[in-house]
Amino acid sequence: MSEKLTAEQVRHVAKLARLACTDEEIAEFTEQLAAILQYVGQLEQVDTADVEPLAHCLPVHNVFRRDEVRPSLTNDQALANAPQRDGEFFAVPKVLDDASA
Amino acid sequence: MEECTALQLRDGIARGQYKSFEVTERIFERIERREATIGAFISTFKEEALEKAARVDSNIAAGRKVGSLAGVPIAIKDNLATRFGTTTCGSKILANFAAPYDAHVVEKLEAADAVIVGKCNLDEFAMGSSCENSGLQKTVNPWDASRVPGGSSGGSAAALAAGMCYGALGSDTGGSIRLPASFCGVVGLKPTYGRVSRYGLVAYGSSLDQIGPFGRTCADAALLLQAIAGHDERDSTSIGETEAPVPDYLADLDRPIEDLNIGVAREFFEAEGLDPAVERAVREALNIYEGMGARLVPLSLPHMQYAISAYYLIATAEASSNLARYDGVHYGHRTGRPRDYLDVYYASRAEGFGAEVKRRIMLGTYALSAGYYDAYYLKALKVRNLIRQDFQAAFERVDALCCPTSPEPPFKIGQKVDDPLTMYLSDIYTISANLAGIPAISIPCGLADGRLPIGLQIMTPAFTEDRILRIARMFEAATDYHARRPELKL
Repeated sequence: MSEKLTAEQVRHVAKLARLACTDEEIAEFTEQLAAILQYVGQLEQVDTADVEPLAHCLPVHNVFRRDEVRPSLTNDQALANAPQRDGEFFAVPKVLDDASA
Repeated sequence: MEECTALQLRDGIARGQYKSFEVTERIFERIERREATIGAFISTFKEEALEKAARVDSNIAAGRKVGSLAGVPIAIKDNLATRFGTTTCGSKILANFAAPYDAHVVEKLEAADAVIVGKCNLDEFAMGSSCENSGLQKTVNPWDASRVPGGSSGGSAAALAAGMCYGALGSDTGGSIRLPASFCGVVGLKPTYGRVSRYGLVAYGSSLDQIGPFGRTCADAALLLQAIAGHDERDSTSIGETEAPVPDYLADLDRPIEDLNIGVAREFFEAEGLDPAVERAVREALNIYEGMGARLVPLSLPHMQYAISAYYLIATAEASSNLARYDGVHYGHRTGRPRDYLDVYYASRAEGFGAEVKRRIMLGTYALSAGYYDAYYLKALKVRNLIRQDFQAAFERVDALCCPTSPEPPFKIGQKVDDPLTMYLSDIYTISANLAGIPAISIPCGLADGRLPIGLQIMTPAFTEDRILRIARMFEAATDYHARRPELKL
């Protein structure tokens, strides 16, 4: 936990998070995230050897409902906020190039 | 009637003493006068609100049955989905987003015949403690326009404190209802996780998020909670009526709790940066409870000091996953001229998100990434369990825990924006309740320098909102801090 965060690591994380970052942002995030990670490093002091991780506080686990058809959004409702629409579809730039199509 | 509580107003409207239409008109007069300074609302719905108010008035005049909030002007946080207007989350990425459905709590407010006047500003995606992270506008504290209203539900709290509604809804992931309630001198309640359906609340940290009410009094918070609490099958973490029935929160509100044991953890007064005025006000509040016959029980919450660390790993990890959906494909901002399909993601997100949201996505992504998952995320979940166990042990000995809501009174705008970690420390008292899933309320308990609100936080075991409200009401009945109003020369 205690190793120092590098700009290279931050660039990698930005890629995983699909965030375009300028060099200035990478530098700023590196500094700020390093300070935050140094702070949260205090968790190392806590003995958690026999402790279960707690993902949420509820007694419920799986919740089921009947598998039946219900009304849902219409095509037009679902597409109403689309940045770009093509008939009944969301339009995006080409994902596969012609050679691999 | 400006000084009415929501409950008094509701009863007055039902009796025909007030007309909802006139009350709503007055609210909009105040909004038009004050909003330029306060900046609490991202959107308002004057025409629709007046129409609804007129409908309520005519239903009452005709003797028809009306809901529990009939005719009462209410504001809601802009991360609650509404079929009308936009649902922006205070983010440029959703600036024009029109939700195709209503949040469960919005359906409930409408079923209760409330008049929704507008949607309130917040830190972008509810990430922040001052409301300064909004990507759309600035909100100031009605008590002092050079100070923050608290966050993230700062718009909701400021709207209520400035008399621009009679009650409001916010959401609370790490203190986002209680901190602004404390800073704006109103009552704010974060219910137990699972008490109120999150359906239609735009997700930030899904294992921590909970919707709750703001009111001028405990009775108003009770009235609003009553309207929104209960099971909803569209949120699988919403608890059923058999496991935890919703009691009548107003029925016993005025009945003091006998033999009340209040836990006071040693750690409460050891926190870093505790302002002397806050400490004084909270100790005085504890004295007032003692004077009413309560017993103060010293105890310890040994893992409280790790709450901020655990929270900022867990909440950001959940956020990094929740906010992956903003990809410029189905809704929200898309970059103008993407180079290719990947650039739709990279550039749309870079342009749409503000700095704090990016920072939290990055932190959460890091905490979940290969090689760091065990050291950060899993470790934080284990510490979360220890924090919950601390509370469970405490509640075997006491009925409630009392402490400050915030370590300091509302701070200056700009004071902490450049130092994220310092900003995170504002949540030092509020975060544990989210990690443990328990209810927590903030009520006004003093004024620093005679003019800056201070909040008292009370925490009780899961699903005891009736108890928390009664304990809060005991203090309210013995003091007049809840009746203080900011001097608005507007």
